Amino acid sequence: MKLNRQVVIGLIAVLLGLLAGAILMLFSGNNPIMGYWYLFRGGLMNVERLGNTIATATTLIMTGLSVAFAFRTGLFNIGTPGQMLIGGLTATSVALTIAVPKVILLPLILVAAIIGGGIWGSIPGLLKARFNVNEVVSSIMMNWVAYWVVYYSVPAFFKGAYLETESRKIPDAASLKVEWLTNLFHGSYINLGLLVALLSILFVWIVLNKTTMGFELKAAGFNRHGAEYAGMNVQRNIVVSMVIAGALSGLAGATHYLGYASNMQIGILPSQGYDGIAVSLLGANAPFGVLASALFFGLLHSGKGFMNAMTDIPPEIGDTIIAIIIYFAATSVLIERLINRFAKRKEVVK
Amino acid sequence: MYQIIEQIFPYAIAYTVPLLITSLGGLFSERSGVVNIGLEGLMIVGAFTSAFIISVLQDIMPGGAVWVGLLAAVLAGAIFSLLHAFASINLNADQVISGTAINMMAAALTVYIARNITGSGNIQIKFGLDRLDIPLLSKIPFLGPLFFSQAYMTTWLVLLILLAGWYVLYKTPLGLRIRACGENPHAADAAGINVYAIRYVGVVVSGAFAALGGAIIIVTYSGEFNGGVAGLGFLALASLIFGQWKPLGILGATFFFGFASTIANVSQVMPSLSSIPPILLKIFPYVVTLFALVFFSKTTQAPKASGEPFDKGKR
Repeated sequence: MKLNRQVVIGLIAVLLGLLAGAILMLFSGNNPIMGYWYLFRGGLMNVERLGNTIATATTLIMTGLSVAFAFRTGLFNIGTPGQMLIGGLTATSVALTIAVPKVILLPLILVAAIIGGGIWGSIPGLLKARFNVNEVVSSIMMNWVAYWVVYYSVPAFFKGAYLETESRKIPDAASLKVEWLTNLFHGSYINLGLLVALLSILFVWIVLNKTTMGFELKAAGFNRHGAEYAGMNVQRNIVVSMVIAGALSGLAGATHYLGYASNMQIGILPSQGYDGIAVSLLGANAPFGVLASALFFGLLHSGKGFMNAMTDIPPEIGDTIIAIIIYFAATSVLIERLINRFAKRKEVVK
Repeated sequence: MYQIIEQIFPYAIAYTVPLLITSLGGLFSERSGVVNIGLEGLMIVGAFTSAFIISVLQDIMPGGAVWVGLLAAVLAGAIFSLLHAFASINLNADQVISGTAINMMAAALTVYIARNITGSGNIQIKFGLDRLDIPLLSKIPFLGPLFFSQAYMTTWLVLLILLAGWYVLYKTPLGLRIRACGENPHAADAAGINVYAIRYVGVVVSGAFAALGGAIIIVTYSGEFNGGVAGLGFLALASLIFGQWKPLGILGATFFFGFASTIANVSQVMPSLSSIPPILLKIFPYVVTLFALVFFSKTTQAPKASGEPFDKGKR
């Protein structure tokens, strides 16, 4: 029953977000019904656009899982953007320097992303475990360090042919895009990252629900002192948890820069990292909840371009709706109170 | 060496001032017991509001538009911060998540509105503030050129607010109440203080100050709203920690970051610095903050109840 309640709260948060979006569209002199019509058509109207929606969701699934995994273990991983950048950078460096057949190269790339993201996640983890440094603040600092690392290392080592601000194009042999999948979806951005994302969902679900380690991690999340008293190594668990969360974000970077996109740009903290917080929160920090909410946010993101082309509504409405949804998800007490009041009134009527 | 300092000093100060006022806002919020990670978003709200108001008014009232813009930004920031206050004070929401929502909402919403207005999402203003020499004081040898020449009026305004902020926080009953709510809200409640109201004051002040910080960026060195403040809100948060939640500490920390960032920005054109890889200069403030976090972890001065929702029944 508890999960059902969370689903209801999530759906209400989404509805409130969409309603707020509609009001904003009205406010800027546009027709919200047409706006949403084109927004959803833009994400769903044909096989190619459906593929793009799934491809956009792929990155969000990964970052959402990263945040959710940390959340379940009592940590707030706001370092997803930085971990994505570093995972993307290590993956890109493997992709652009090692020349082996694709079947060998792709696993190498993914391993590189896992290592890069894992290392970046381990630092806030170590600082939290060893010195009790707040992981939120240290993660934010790590994001900006990652930003500047990418800013200077991409032009220095992987400069593209024309622009200083982006890396060389990822060769086909290193791209997560594969011909059969692209053709299946009529030339969309969809790529093998989807497979990585689905496997990651399974991995997180198994670790959290079926292993001793997952139990210990969750125990530390519920009550650190209780877990310590029970003889669990809480300090080690904090580091392990952040490394796994970082590795998931690192993979998100690989699926984003080597799958969805075809190179790395500098000067941007990937917004998909912060969106991971929204995905995780709306998905009730559960692996399959993350899948559902990532698909929904993927739809908003991939449909907004089409909406912008067909109407006068700026594409930022998509991000605004997502931000409003998280606000309502964060303030779910409000929704719960409303549900309770509604339930009570119903009883009175009976 | 002195010549270099004299040259970059005005830039360092111009960069420090928005950081300082935003960090001071964060101080009021955290001292009252509410973590405000949404400073970045509140700065963006201020930057947007001031750019918008000034671009509308600059032809009608060329002299006063800037000041009306700054005032409007302060109001907009105070109002926008109510979202965070309501979520974290009345609804016991996770303050970090609520703050993150504030950041995302501000970034998306302001560009959404700006695009509706200008089409590009950028808003330019024709005139910002002028740099002025303070008469007499700027003639003082050594100190004059550093502190009293080529300064913006806003710099003095912010220093005045800092002084007033220190006074309010440590010398007035309101300040005592704010600090009590951040340290031990239940004791404060028992003493008859309305914890909810005091925390609202803390958050709204943080919104007003952060927005002023964002607006100062527009009227001084930027002159254009382009959808963000480049992570300055997060740097202000770092300054708050680095300055150990004290007004003077914040002044020192923000000046340190302002100076470090300015050096990083101009290092390429200065022969004595160009041998240092720019990446080291750029990541310097963040790495220093990480070290500071470790260093202070044993003796942290963080308000004890900061981040904890206040539950009246839990005493």
